[in-house]
Amino acid sequence: MKLREIKELLAAEVIWGENHLEIEIDTVCASDLMSDVLALGKPGMLLITGLSNVQSVRTADIIEAKAILYVRGKKPDQEGISLAKKKGIPLLATKYLMYQACGLLYQKGLKSVHD
Amino acid sequence: MAKNRSDERENGLIQQFSITGGDFYHAGHVSTQIKEILKELGIDPNIVRRAAIAAYEAEMNVVMYAQKGLFTLEVTPQKIHFFVEDEGQGIPDIELAMQEGYSTATPEMREMGFGAGMGLPNIKKNSDIFKITSEVGKGTVLDIIIFINQGKNQ
Repeated sequence: MKLREIKELLAAEVIWGENHLEIEIDTVCASDLMSDVLALGKPGMLLITGLSNVQSVRTADIIEAKAILYVRGKKPDQEGISLAKKKGIPLLATKYLMYQACGLLYQKGLKSVHD
Repeated sequence: MAKNRSDERENGLIQQFSITGGDFYHAGHVSTQIKEILKELGIDPNIVRRAAIAAYEAEMNVVMYAQKGLFTLEVTPQKIHFFVEDEGQGIPDIELAMQEGYSTATPEMREMGFGAGMGLPNIKKNSDIFKITSEVGKGTVLDIIIFINQGKNQ
């Protein structure tokens, strides 16, 4: 699924990375705990989180996530946005809750990092 | 690239980074730099990723539980070696701290998305050799080795 389709499905705002919306996503990890993301994450996945500080972007960079989707109307702070630009990690934000966002993406066939 | 990385890949590299305890704002800077260096050295991306995860967890441990720490990165043609020494509260029961889910994190640490009790087990998972020693009231030493041409990737 293209990041652009994810954006449309979840009525998400692109915080940064308009030029990165054609990337393909097939795996997702959703968590507010970056420790868990570091333990379970896989390269190329989409990170779904409600954690809006810079550690979300730093974790995505370390784990090599392709993009981050913030849920519950959360938005990353300035430092997070700057780091995302530097690392080329697109950032999206949706008002959907994590459960809803995950459910909608699951229906579209996106896989868990545990599959 | 400040130095010739191909020379460093052949002859080895040692670099040290200091970490300030409690500085959540800069937490992760050292690991990001280390990841860049390992990438520039042309090390296999899977190994770089494992090393970066171990480095980040080790750095966060210093930020969360110590006053200060020194992170030494050594790369030889055979291995990546992290030696992380901190001055801090230390760990009273290492066996307990190594259990997944065991955590003594404060609310501030949890707000930053850390302190799920996955850090030390995750360092072990991503390294080939992991040694930890600690003295209560003094600090903790992590000795982490990731082999470049053998080990868990092979």
